[in-house]
Amino acid sequence: MATRTANPSRPHVIRVLIPWIILTVAGWIAVSFIHFPFDLSVQGQDQARTLLIMTYLATPVFMGVVVMLVYSGIVFRRRPGEQLVDGLPVTGNTRIQATWIVVSLILVLSLAVLGITTLISSQAAQAIGAAGRAIGGEGETGAAIKETGSELQVQVIAQQWYFTYRFPDYGGVETTHLELPAGVPVEFHVTSLDIIHSWWAYQLGVKADANPGVDNQFHMTPRTTGSFTVRCAELCGIWHGEMADTTGQVVSQGDFNTWIAQQQSYFAEIQKALPSYGPYYFPAPLTKGS
Amino acid sequence: MSMTSGDLITERRLTIPTGIPTGILFAIVGYFAGVWLGNLFGLFDDQNTGVILGYLFGTAAFLIGLGFLNYPLARVLGWPVDALGEAYESRGLGRYFRLSLDHKVIGIQYLVTILTMLFFGGVGAMMIRTALLSPDPTIVPPGQYVALIGLHSVMMIFITSAVIVGPFGNYLVPLMIGSRRMAFPRLEALSFWLVPPAAVILAAATFWGGFPTGWTGYPPLSEQASQGMDSYVVGFILIGLALVTSGVNMLATIITLRAPGMTWSRLPIFVWGIFCTSALGMLAAPVLAAALIMLGMDRTLNTPFYLASNGGSNYLWQNLFWFFGHPEVYIFILPAFGIVMEIIPHFARKPLWGYRIGVVGLFGVALLSWFVWQHHLFVSGIAPVLRPFYMLSTELISVPTGFIFLVALGTLWRARVWMTVPMLFCLGFLFNFVIGGISGVYLSDVPTDVTLHGSYFSMAHFHYTIMGGEIFAFAAAIYYWLPKMTGKMLNQTVGKIHFWWMFIAFNSTFFPLFIAGILDMPRRVSAYDPSLVFLNRWVSISAYFLFGSMILFAANIIYAWFFQPVRAVSNPWAARSLEWQLPTPVPAHNFERVPVILAGSYDYGMPNAKPVADLRGLVGATGGS
Repeated sequence: MATRTANPSRPHVIRVLIPWIILTVAGWIAVSFIHFPFDLSVQGQDQARTLLIMTYLATPVFMGVVVMLVYSGIVFRRRPGEQLVDGLPVTGNTRIQATWIVVSLILVLSLAVLGITTLISSQAAQAIGAAGRAIGGEGETGAAIKETGSELQVQVIAQQWYFTYRFPDYGGVETTHLELPAGVPVEFHVTSLDIIHSWWAYQLGVKADANPGVDNQFHMTPRTTGSFTVRCAELCGIWHGEMADTTGQVVSQGDFNTWIAQQQSYFAEIQKALPSYGPYYFPAPLTKGS
Repeated sequence: MSMTSGDLITERRLTIPTGIPTGILFAIVGYFAGVWLGNLFGLFDDQNTGVILGYLFGTAAFLIGLGFLNYPLARVLGWPVDALGEAYESRGLGRYFRLSLDHKVIGIQYLVTILTMLFFGGVGAMMIRTALLSPDPTIVPPGQYVALIGLHSVMMIFITSAVIVGPFGNYLVPLMIGSRRMAFPRLEALSFWLVPPAAVILAAATFWGGFPTGWTGYPPLSEQASQGMDSYVVGFILIGLALVTSGVNMLATIITLRAPGMTWSRLPIFVWGIFCTSALGMLAAPVLAAALIMLGMDRTLNTPFYLASNGGSNYLWQNLFWFFGHPEVYIFILPAFGIVMEIIPHFARKPLWGYRIGVVGLFGVALLSWFVWQHHLFVSGIAPVLRPFYMLSTELISVPTGFIFLVALGTLWRARVWMTVPMLFCLGFLFNFVIGGISGVYLSDVPTDVTLHGSYFSMAHFHYTIMGGEIFAFAAAIYYWLPKMTGKMLNQTVGKIHFWWMFIAFNSTFFPLFIAGILDMPRRVSAYDPSLVFLNRWVSISAYFLFGSMILFAANIIYAWFFQPVRAVSNPWAARSLEWQLPTPVPAHNFERVPVILAGSYDYGMPNAKPVADLRGLVGATGGS
């Protein structure tokens, strides 16, 4: 049966292949114009690159399905007035099925390898103390904060409905918005005072959940100066949508030193009332029915 | 079952008078009894105990009032069980408004209930999109907005858990496997009658201002929330119970009640879809119920299961919820895969190309769905060392999912496609689902998920799979099987307009939301960056068009079902499969005798293909009833 059906299929195969190739190439050209704007940090650049590679890989898959659907829907359609007759009684083709399985496995595994190498290289880099490249939170629940020295320590404290930042390297000063020095690796410690929030600094390509009682850690190195937006990415109640801050800045080391000194003097009085710096804080227990 | 329906009704009135009126009466009494008891013994002055007990007692009383205790009570008291009027066969419109054990009646009851709920869920979506016409929460205040998000999402989750298994699984599985009934008719009825109380309880949340957590219900936010959250706890437990009862019943039916000759390799692929989804529902829902009971205890007894400040962990909820939640999304989509693979061969007029690999695909997805749940938690800080594993397992799911596409495209290849409305919806499903599936791979990759997680990208992704996938398959199923279920053919021209309208409006609504997610718009926000105003208004206006297409859909169904005088022929699609060999309307016990299956459902174009079944049955074979 397979040998008999192979020949009549050939013109169809060619007529499917040609638009598929054209559309795929056109899709690739379109994809090459895409610029993902979350590449202010080394980690964000990794993500933007991965996202672009995935889009290149997805283009032929998507175009293939669309071309097949449209072609079958038009060419193999029963014309109006045509009698209802049955098609070919083909129940399968082992070679095509095996090819499909192998190709989809290769595609998927190569994506996984791409993702895992991006991830592992980041973690490896962080482990040897170079520019921290780990993406996402490390989640060392309750662990004491490590003083790695080369990395700037920044604690992100979330609460309904804003983020504040503490700098243990600068006497534990707590600020209401964030500036970071360009080119300096940062170790973030994200925690929450009440419920779950998620700290999303879009242009920096970082997102980490802020859980009460958890010190969620991640590493990030801003590449150049620029501004960034901070939003909450986990539903946290009524003002979730307003939990945003557009004033984030990556500045030069000199500007950062000036800024942090300003903050230290500005918040000096308040700092006396703050609890001492810790991996997380437990305020008064939650009350219900509020 | 030798009595006529007239006898049944008389006897019924004489014994235990139960029905919807007594059910509602009992429910009201039960609710207030529960509230009274809860407030009497409630440990804390927050009414949560009263509300939860009220809902639970109300539901139990509703089911008792409906007649669920009649049978066990009669058995205990030694009364004649036949006199209870538990109708397998009853005539007239009234049978749809009482506890019925006829799987066909339950299927119709499900269908109408689901469509009604779908309307309210859709209205919620329209209100959300109206709120998002403005970048500031001026049209809808943020409190109401968050409540809307919660109600829309949970209502839709309730619906999509049952939208295919409920109406079509219940109605069609016995017909497709050649059975005269379901294995556990009372469980089947229970799985339906839990849905209306769950919907009412969910709607009752509005009296408390809704709940602020969306469908994920993450504590501690859900512990901080007002009494509206109790609706979420109880409603979801009831839906979980419905999933378990329906799952047990479906599995037992498919395993034990197949007609002679209905071998596993002849089983219609839709039944395989129901089989896999039932197994998932049966195994996943108890985990959700356990998590919800702990949440309820946290809210009423002040236990600290999820409170880090008192020694608990909110990660516990996230793990339990997603351990249920990820199989849950395949509970949605597996029967939709089944529908698409079932319908395409009948209109391609070709055998299902690669039946076995299609079944393997269904099982592969079902199996892998247990090993992926932490991909929802990539940025939560849990177990970083396991991230590569969950990335790999999630990406691997696209391989068995690809089998579904292989089977569909292979069946279409060199077919004689009869481009009917159900077929159009199947093709629409494949188009939407390839976008939904590919965007899922984007989310499975840890580095890219860091930016895409919790954004509109993930929201667009699951709307593509659930609305563009499951609901398109649901529409295909309605156009395909409603002639069998109601005896009325839907208007095909209106159906084609409906398809193109819905298809274009759907893509115009949800595709831009991928871009919104990539451009820094988190999910569930009532305020967003002013630079995204144009995108959001475009989406909102498209959403109104999408709603319009659903109105046309509803009008088409209502007109055909209730106003169109012409009755459909028994087999309008000239399909081979067993359910179409039955007369329309389907007789009370489906098959006069248990049929003998002679050939596969999809043997189109086969030389010397036998008819699918001998409906005269084996001589002397009366089993299965």
